[in-house]
Amino acid sequence: MRHTISVLVENKFGVLSRVSGLFSGRGYNIESLSVGETIDPATSIMTIVTTGDDQVVEQITKQLNKLIDVIKVVDFMEIDHVEREMALVKVSPRKEDRTQVLQLAEIFRGRIVDSGPTTYTIEITGNESKMNAFIELIKPFGIKEFVRTGKVAIGREGIRKTK
Amino acid sequence: MKKSGAEILIECLKKEGVKHVFGYPGGVVLNIFDILYDEKDIELILTRHEQGAVHAADGYARASGKVGVAIVTSGPGATNTVTGIANASMDSTPIVVFSGQVPTMLIGNDAFQEADIVGITRPCTKHNYLVKDVNDLSKTIREAFHIASTGRPGPVLIDLPKDVTAGSGEFIWPEEVKIRGYNPTVHGNKYMINQAAQMIAQAKKPVIMAGGGVILSEAAKELREVAEFAKIPVTMTLMGLGGFPGTSKLSMGMLGMHGTYYANTAVQNADLLIGIGVRFDDRVTGRTNAFAPNAKIIQIDIDPTSIKKNVRVDLPVVGDVKNVLKELLKSMKELKDQQWSAVRTAWLKQIEKWKDERPLTYKHDKNIIKPEFVVEKIYEATRGEAIICTEVGQNQMWAAQFYKYDHPRRWLSSGGLGTMGYGFPAAIGAQFACPDKIVFDIAGDGSIQMNIQELATAVINKLPIKVAILNNGYLGMVRQWQELFFKERYSHTHLDAGNPDFVKVAEAYGAAGLRATKPEEVEPVIKESLKIKNRPVFLDFVVDWKEKVYPMVPAGAAIDEMIFDEEKEAGKEKKLKAVK
Ligand SMILES: Cc1ncc(C[n+]2csc(CCOP(=O)(O)OP(=O)(O)O)c2C)c(N)n1
Ligand SMILES: [Mg+2]
Repeated sequence: MRHTISVLVENKFGVLSRVSGLFSGRGYNIESLSVGETIDPATSIMTIVTTGDDQVVEQITKQLNKLIDVIKVVDFMEIDHVEREMALVKVSPRKEDRTQVLQLAEIFRGRIVDSGPTTYTIEITGNESKMNAFIELIKPFGIKEFVRTGKVAIGREGIRKTK
Repeated sequence: MKKSGAEILIECLKKEGVKHVFGYPGGVVLNIFDILYDEKDIELILTRHEQGAVHAADGYARASGKVGVAIVTSGPGATNTVTGIANASMDSTPIVVFSGQVPTMLIGNDAFQEADIVGITRPCTKHNYLVKDVNDLSKTIREAFHIASTGRPGPVLIDLPKDVTAGSGEFIWPEEVKIRGYNPTVHGNKYMINQAAQMIAQAKKPVIMAGGGVILSEAAKELREVAEFAKIPVTMTLMGLGGFPGTSKLSMGMLGMHGTYYANTAVQNADLLIGIGVRFDDRVTGRTNAFAPNAKIIQIDIDPTSIKKNVRVDLPVVGDVKNVLKELLKSMKELKDQQWSAVRTAWLKQIEKWKDERPLTYKHDKNIIKPEFVVEKIYEATRGEAIICTEVGQNQMWAAQFYKYDHPRRWLSSGGLGTMGYGFPAAIGAQFACPDKIVFDIAGDGSIQMNIQELATAVINKLPIKVAILNNGYLGMVRQWQELFFKERYSHTHLDAGNPDFVKVAEAYGAAGLRATKPEEVEPVIKESLKIKNRPVFLDFVVDWKEKVYPMVPAGAAIDEMIFDEEKEAGKEKKLKAVK
């Protein structure tokens, strides 16, 4: 099972390596990881996407909680939430395909953030399925470069999934 | 008034009640050592290797229950501590290690004697720190001692750049420690504890499995009360020895790979297993899917990550073992009309039968010293009152099997990491912590050579430590595996030809050296060693090199798939082959 785990940590040097070291040292897998300061500059939030059966994920959350610099761990599996990630895609379509690419970007509410003589760079945000659908559709036009941020997630107000 | 970083450090140690520090100097810690030169309240004990310093701090902590402290220099001094820190981490020993570091300006430059010790020790410390500002020093030290000694204890390292100890700042001792990411659960959930009491009341064949957590939380008394009240037989892990009296009728001794027949058999037949301060290490469980197959499992531990890590658990109780056991006893007493003795009679009888069937024994020999015999004689001569440290290998297992530990903090052995070279420096730490106790290191001829340089430390400090070398001329435990599982191909385990004369080595350092080569010499030699009060003694017991540790559960087998001495001799090696 795939889990999105949000980890509130002290914003200190070395914390990222404590967290990533925990995953590598125990053979857990990180699919994506994104880190940023919170409103309080003394803390950061890491959003980690990982896979494992229930027992593994339970160990991961417990081990994370055990790190001194970790303040709070939330496994979004149990919580109704919104997930987003962002990607920048540089495509170099043939001349005759350029309009099609622009249309595609528009359908997906992408933004052209750079355009050159032979390329467009499209900014695209969304949840996983949207991202994947867009990537599949844009691929045939020729992707030159591709970067994505990794997921961030936030709980919805007041609604808890009953398990 | 401003103080130097080094002075602040010493003030903090005093505030923490530290009396002994084990250490080794070097360039970047000169400021600290300079303060220690005039210091009256804190004694620095110079070991002869930084690994020795950390093991000594560890032994000090295990014997006393206080935090052990070591101070070393940067680079090689710091990297030499890694084994000791990893050892303390695996066995949850509270120690604080101070390492010197190159000046903050130079960090990352591959400066002379720079090592990223915070990075290196990250996975084997409970927490670690690099102090970049002298004004953070006292807060950091306060936190470090707090983290090391609370919750599930463990090692904490503080890296101190030279400019921090040389710099000056205000000494402010924080009265309180508050770390928002660190709040160990010490009180068990009341509902869970009541459940546990119910399960115990209903069980017909319960077994308590007690581990190092009992000792760390000072819960020997509470454990005894619970076991005796509900008439539950107790087995201990290697780390738990002494957590319950080994001479009690309810004790089944150690379980696991070299556990007793009756302890392993009882666990496999139990309908309820109560794990107290244990983490179900693979040396204890054997093949996990065949472990305690008929039992419901209750696990009581302060560390949530230890629960359900290796085996299924039906009822977890997260909390400090001492608190939980107190509550559990209360809950059990509240259960009305429970006939604790009556429901247990059959089970306890069965266990007595198993004890009679296959007691822990060995074959005594008139002509050659059996290592087990040596341990028995040490037990008799010290009336079970000594602090026994061990090295690793057969010596360790025999010391676990044939010495009976009635009290906590009298058994110091490297359980999780299995560190050869632990016992002797640990004995030094233990002797500093308990100057009035007899301290033995039960050693192997291989292991003792891993930290033999600490003879100098023991001699110069006039420590009357007895090092009983069970000298079999081999890396015996490895040789045992080669005999049983590798067709007797003794690849690189023979030591005898290269071994020194241990008596002469001892004497060269100014220690005493004694030797026994015949069984009748064993007791006199031990008695002789007990008379020596002002220096360490090496007791070189030339023992039967063929002797093996039994019973044995081969790696990957269920813990009741034990092999015994007789079976091997009778040619019943089928089991062995099947497992290999
Ligand atoms: C530092 C270290 N290196 C290697 C080992 C692997 N090992 C486990 S027991 C053992 C043999 C120990 O020999 P000795 O000290 O003579 O003890 P004996 O088994 O003969 O009693 C070895 C090499 C270890 N535990 N620790
Ligand atoms: Mg040996």
